Amino acid sequence: MSAAPQVDDVAVLATARVRTAQLVTALLIPALQKAIGPERVLTDRAQLRTYECDGLSHFRVVPAVVVLAESRQHVVDAVRICADAGVPFVARGSGTGLSGGALPHAEGVLIVLSRLRGLGPVDADNARVVVEPGVINLWVTRDAAPYDLAYAPDPSSQLVCSIGGNVAENAGGAHCLKYGFTVNHVLGAEVVLPDGSVVHLGGPAPEHPGYDLLGAFVGSEGTLGIATKVTLRLIRVPESVQTMLVGFASVEDAAGTVSDIIAAGILPAAIEMMDALAIEAAEAAVRCGYPAGAVAVLVIELDGPEVEVEAQFLQVEQIALRRGAFETRIAADAAERALMWKGRKSAFAAVGRISPDYYVQDGVIPRTKLPEVLSEITRLAGAVGLRVANVFHAGDGNLHPLVLFDDAVPGQADDASALAGAILDLCITSGGSITGEHGVGHEKRDKMAAQFTAEDLDTMQLVRCAFDPAGIANPGKVFPTPRLCGERPGPRRGEHPLSQAGLAEVF
Amino acid sequence: MSTATLHRRPGGPADAVSGMIPGQVVRPSSIAEVADVLRAAAADGLTVVPVGGGTKTTWAAPPTSCDLLLDTTGLDRVVEHVAGDLVVVAQAGVPLADLQAHLAGAGQWLGLDPPERGATLGGVVSANACGPRRLRYGTARDLLIGTTVVLADGTVASSGGKVVKNVAGYDLGKLYTGAHGSLGVVVSSTWRLHPVPPARRVVVLDLPDAAAAGPLAVRLCRSTLTPSAVELFAIAGGAGQLVVVFESIEASVAAQATSTVTLLGGGTQSSDLPPAFGQRPGSAGDVLLRLAYVPTALPDVLASLPAGAAVAASAATGVAYAAVAAEVAVAALPGLRSTLAPYDGSAVVLRAPDAVRDRLDHWGPVGDALELMGRVKDRFDPDRRMSPGRFVGGL
Repeated sequence: MSAAPQVDDVAVLATARVRTAQLVTALLIPALQKAIGPERVLTDRAQLRTYECDGLSHFRVVPAVVVLAESRQHVVDAVRICADAGVPFVARGSGTGLSGGALPHAEGVLIVLSRLRGLGPVDADNARVVVEPGVINLWVTRDAAPYDLAYAPDPSSQLVCSIGGNVAENAGGAHCLKYGFTVNHVLGAEVVLPDGSVVHLGGPAPEHPGYDLLGAFVGSEGTLGIATKVTLRLIRVPESVQTMLVGFASVEDAAGTVSDIIAAGILPAAIEMMDALAIEAAEAAVRCGYPAGAVAVLVIELDGPEVEVEAQFLQVEQIALRRGAFETRIAADAAERALMWKGRKSAFAAVGRISPDYYVQDGVIPRTKLPEVLSEITRLAGAVGLRVANVFHAGDGNLHPLVLFDDAVPGQADDASALAGAILDLCITSGGSITGEHGVGHEKRDKMAAQFTAEDLDTMQLVRCAFDPAGIANPGKVFPTPRLCGERPGPRRGEHPLSQAGLAEVF
Repeated sequence: MSTATLHRRPGGPADAVSGMIPGQVVRPSSIAEVADVLRAAAADGLTVVPVGGGTKTTWAAPPTSCDLLLDTTGLDRVVEHVAGDLVVVAQAGVPLADLQAHLAGAGQWLGLDPPERGATLGGVVSANACGPRRLRYGTARDLLIGTTVVLADGTVASSGGKVVKNVAGYDLGKLYTGAHGSLGVVVSSTWRLHPVPPARRVVVLDLPDAAAAGPLAVRLCRSTLTPSAVELFAIAGGAGQLVVVFESIEASVAAQATSTVTLLGGGTQSSDLPPAFGQRPGSAGDVLLRLAYVPTALPDVLASLPAGAAVAASAATGVAYAAVAAEVAVAALPGLRSTLAPYDGSAVVLRAPDAVRDRLDHWGPVGDALELMGRVKDRFDPDRRMSPGRFVGGL
């Protein structure tokens, strides 16, 4: 590398970059149209604006081009054209992400995968299914249901979010307390690398010789390539599912109940908590009938063999009562269970009923620190005169504070943003994480340096440089600063004989 | 303590890694010392092979060079166990058994049950060792929530964290799991824990033809039963014994064991595990293989093994350990791999007697991601000094 550029050089470079961008666009669009078909290449600004943001709508960038891929070959062609031109690409599924992970690049190509919707057939005896990335999360469980199977990861957006996006973000959900995250349920992926080549990582068998690149790929937020096929592991639908709604007069009692359940050696399928403000919002939106006057509610779900669930359910109820629960309500049937979950799963949107604007945060703390962290959040909010509604996966300490504000009041949006940031700092100092399931994306990349050292981040970027030395796959996401990968290190080598003899994984 | 004063002793036959005797052996006792050792090794261009309890040094291909054996057993601290969070942080040299004893005091355990006695956490991660209860708890990759690694140049880098749910940054723990020290030295790991189940019930069913275990395992998987393990002990081409283990509260294990006997059409119940449960099959003179395949392929896998091979299969997960007489294994391995290929299968050599080691392709075919794996290796270890030659494709 040469010395740092001077100020004049920067101006010259900036101008050159704009010219290059224009030139690239002029060459890129015809190439994409020729390879993928003009009807699948959007260039009209009005159409492009449809894709200017994902679920995190306060960041907006209009992409230079949108490609609506309908096959793996379309993805390969689009990526290869980008690679040849040195132009960035961003993959997008349903666009429900909450960290700006699918925020387009102004000079890049947005590759939309929602038309890749091949699903199955379900291999019931092996409890596996192969899907394309545009398949909606809930469809997998729908198709598996006739075999008494289900797909475990259940993000609240599961009606609309896609498997490709779930893989990119390592999506969680309410039931990951017991069942784990997307990464624990993805066995294999066909991946288009940022140079346009295709590799198969993992597969339907449980072990594969070599590095677990699949484990690194899941949750890499579109920075390592694009999955065009995913092999999912399915779970057997449990014999019994029991859900309980418990009302408490204090957050401490609710948090204490969570700790006592864990200490009793019980692993519920889910333990969700909502505070008074979140309850108020949910009631206003979906009239879920949560206990009146509750300062906190827990939704606790146990699943498994019937005798086990019944015995542990009684135990959980007793624990809650000992912690001062003033109401425990047990879902008598699937409809009542659905209503209990409706209140919880609609909580984000419901907050719109009690506040003109809100900011959804996602952070993680050690479960045992819930009471002190919640009271500190209340203190931080009070100091700037804002309200925070708390909804969280209490079992695994994953907080979703909703910072309420009014954009019409000058300065309040900035205060809300600052408060949301302060909550993340609190998560870090408590020994937690800046994101439990929404991802770093565009939104939190600057916070990465607070959670990790420069050495930690540089080491992660070694993986990125191996997959994407040119840095064109979703640049500007996850990492606070881009890293120039330089030449491929190590002595030059011919292809290893084992590489040529290698058998492709069977999908 | 600086490296200059950190004692290095000459390597001897007892230190051999798959037959390769290291030039020197060093035993650092802190992460900073590991970093010092690796910085010095980088300056001198030395090849380095990390080793923990030394119970799985044969599980990867022999190193092409080993100037310095880095013994991690001096990193022996359980750093932090927060029972309320079901999380533990421990250094790499802590023996798994010692950790389990420590956790048992709180009624908890780390859900990994590889049988190798004396295995350390670092070795369990690096070799991706597990046992029968992978059916219920998954493998190291599913339980590891944070790692600290010292890279070839001495850089100390962490990923993940101390909370179970965490998607900040790349999850490098997955990458180090099963990497056999070829990307760096795992010096600390953080784990998700589980409560120790209070009761156990075991159903044992003798099978005149071991292959019958295949459909029975499928029947178990498709039922609502929740076994911790479904193990098959068998002689290829001969009889077998299916062992189904339930671990939960007493009422649950009793009811499930009874249902299992009905479902399998037989079997005896007890509260004790058979002596061979969880052990690797065969003896030191055999070649020990780890086979992986889609679970329903089990009968075909048994049929493809040389007659007389001793098998311990996790029948519901698609993993089997097979002990094959040494000379027979040399001849049979290529054919076995061809048979496994349609099942997304693989056969990896975990142990081989000296006489045949060099005649076996340790890892077998790797697939179309091998070149990418080479690029990852070159980023982490550009001089290829970390456990050279031990991993797939000569990495």
